Amino acid sequence: MSEVIHTDHHAADYSVDQHAGGQHGPEKGLARWLFTTNHKDIGTMYLWFSFLMFLIGGVMALIVRSELFQPGLQFLKPEFFNQMTTNHGLIMVFGAIMPAFVGLANWLVPMQVGAPDMALPRMNNLSFWILPFAFGIMIWTLFSDGGGPNFGWTFYAPLSTTYAPDSVTYFIFAVHMMGASSIMGSINIIATILNMRAPGMTLMKMPMFIWTWLITAYLLLAVMPVLAGAVTMMLFDIHFDTSFFNAAGGGDPVMFQHIFWFFGHPEVYIMILPAFGIVSHIIPAFARKQLFGYDSMVYAVASIAFLSFIVWAHHMFTVGMPLAGQLFFMYSTMLIAVPTGVKVFNWISTMWKGSMTFETPMLFAIAFVVLFTMGGFSGLMLAITPADYQYHDTYFVVAHFHYVLVPGALFSIIAGVYFWFPKWTGKMYSESLGKIHFWLSFIGVNVTFFPQHFSGLAGMPRRVPDYALQFADFNMVSSIGAFIFGFSQLFFLFVILHGIKSGKPAVARPWEGARGLEWTLPSPAPYHSFTHPPVVTDAEVHG
Amino acid sequence: MANPAEDSSIYYVPHNGWYPVVLAGAVMLTLTGLGSYLNATSAGGSGSLTQAMIGFGLVAVVLYFWYAKVITENRQGMANEALKRSYVWGMGWFIFSEVMFFAAFFGALFYARVLSVAWLGGEGAKGITGEYLWPDFESVWPVMSTPNPGVFPGPEQNMSAPASVAGWTGYLPFYNTVILLTSSLTVHVAHGAIKESKRAKLNLWLGLTVLLGIAFLCLQVLEYVEAYNHMGLTLGTGIYGSTFFLLTGFHGFHVTLGTFILLVQFLRARKGHFTAEDCFGFEAASWYWHFVDVVWVGLFVFVYIV
Repeated sequence: MSEVIHTDHHAADYSVDQHAGGQHGPEKGLARWLFTTNHKDIGTMYLWFSFLMFLIGGVMALIVRSELFQPGLQFLKPEFFNQMTTNHGLIMVFGAIMPAFVGLANWLVPMQVGAPDMALPRMNNLSFWILPFAFGIMIWTLFSDGGGPNFGWTFYAPLSTTYAPDSVTYFIFAVHMMGASSIMGSINIIATILNMRAPGMTLMKMPMFIWTWLITAYLLLAVMPVLAGAVTMMLFDIHFDTSFFNAAGGGDPVMFQHIFWFFGHPEVYIMILPAFGIVSHIIPAFARKQLFGYDSMVYAVASIAFLSFIVWAHHMFTVGMPLAGQLFFMYSTMLIAVPTGVKVFNWISTMWKGSMTFETPMLFAIAFVVLFTMGGFSGLMLAITPADYQYHDTYFVVAHFHYVLVPGALFSIIAGVYFWFPKWTGKMYSESLGKIHFWLSFIGVNVTFFPQHFSGLAGMPRRVPDYALQFADFNMVSSIGAFIFGFSQLFFLFVILHGIKSGKPAVARPWEGARGLEWTLPSPAPYHSFTHPPVVTDAEVHG
Repeated sequence: MANPAEDSSIYYVPHNGWYPVVLAGAVMLTLTGLGSYLNATSAGGSGSLTQAMIGFGLVAVVLYFWYAKVITENRQGMANEALKRSYVWGMGWFIFSEVMFFAAFFGALFYARVLSVAWLGGEGAKGITGEYLWPDFESVWPVMSTPNPGVFPGPEQNMSAPASVAGWTGYLPFYNTVILLTSSLTVHVAHGAIKESKRAKLNLWLGLTVLLGIAFLCLQVLEYVEAYNHMGLTLGTGIYGSTFFLLTGFHGFHVTLGTFILLVQFLRARKGHFTAEDCFGFEAASWYWHFVDVVWVGLFVFVYIV
């Protein structure tokens, strides 16, 4: 049994179904979600899954912030505190941010390139369904003897080998599964973008979200296997007596850090490039102008992706590298500010003299530009090798990467959800509720993370359950902010459910400034996006 | 009614199926079973592989049905040119990801050889490491005596290539190199046979390729037996044994996969599945085989010779 899609332009009938005439709809019940090959169903599952992981990882963050509300040990044993910071990081990176972007890609890539579905729909379903199993394993280890992963999300050897709890074996296999999921997802996205674009959509007419995801997919393909290699070597060090990360046998624990960060730094850009794409759609839509400097935006993303492969050791300036290595990685890191600056100035130039309105997606997008830039600046400070000796492993680092990941990556995802919500559901969310959500999040995120710059510069180390008295005030403020931010995301859930249930019907193009093929489809979009390749008009290019 | 078998402009979107979700569950079953086995045996107990075996069996069953379905659909004419291009892109970038997987292990080899062993031996920018930790350790490759022989006793012998050309006559890796390079050639001839629509020739050369793959694996087993039983070279003999076995072992695992894939193509060829215009199953297998071959050349140069 199969359904088929016309991709020829001349075909007259819109029928795509062999079972019965007319538009083929989804199956009923659980089977729809378990067995689906539809990019929208799979995208929806990715998005809900990532939101669930976001809440679980968020609860872990709040447990951490509760313990840190005051100096001294209040609620947790230090061992459990370590498990919470570790799993918070792992779940947010691999379970919340990355799957959310893949979910957005699933929804948007076929619609934006004018394709009926993803190129390899069965594999698409496999990519998703691996994730609940992988995270099931990881979360389950928290309840096993000896506890879950407790070595930090970067799982440095020998903490993750010689001194690791038994659960590390399951953690390693869970990482293998996530890697397989990401690789298959990337192959699917690459094949869809390169193979299934509507006639006339040349590479330099592709929407920015497509460009950023195409490049992100290549980053994933290049580094997820390296991560798999790293955890494989861990597995062998733990169970088969090898000595990759053990100097007693001629290996080197620092080698683990090199291999990990060869994966880890491109991974950072994997979590931000699609965000750049989303913001590059939203700002032009609400500034009612074309994106400023489209070509330079594309080249900037490509440059950032290239540079991401030659900066990894700036994460490990203090472990003992030859001076030449430190200098190289310092300068190459600073170089990234150039293409990133191009992007920030282009977004600002897009807004310049635009007819701006400030709907919820735009608010999140502007907050993204401002706060991500701050995260970028603190990154530049960290890139300066001698200064990094002071900042390394302090809360300044925590503040830095949370500024690029929370008001950076996460805000862009939330902005994207509000922006495309009418297209997905056919309903409008409540603008006033959305704005409340924005302001709560904006205030919460800054109250949480801004004080961490100060406690970090004053020397508070990260990953500690207890701290010296002089850091008490900043930590108390930070914990209050974390709870504001955490509960405002439950409010986000309410805004979304409220919109789905009782939102006003949405028109095909709810934002009159929005450009792109997805807005030529009705709202909600039909189950199969484009049964015939659409005509790519100039009006819909570079939205 | 639209039918992709009659209209080649149609991009075939398969109907819902049970394979992906069952496969994901089976993979979890396999890996958690393997994990509990490893943890039990490393703790000194005796683990059970039953769960992992059941899981792996399920993986195999799902993959069988999945691939059979895709092959059937393709033979019914469901797949148009665009879908076939998707397969080509997919296989190509899958192989790229495999290259990066091996890159991690080669990276570990180069890092150990160029940096960490030298530093532990008191040489180079971080030579002070060695002075403090193990001042007696000398930096040579292959590492025959590890920095701390009490923990990692060094190997008695290593696998490096003999200095004299005459010595190569009894050198297994040399024969394995010849075998794999030849097999790349034979699979290429088999591809030519498809393009010429000569089925007997295809069967002959493809069958020969499979046999060469099996021969390679037999020799590698022999090499490992030799290493463990007579050369004192094991996974636990320090960084040389670690890199040697991980690199050659994962390569051998890929040869096993590649041989199996080629065997499946051989069975398909005997059923007459391939035509000069439509033989991507075979081509994907042969790309994979060439990739495995190229990795071996890298291994032979950097693990055995240099």
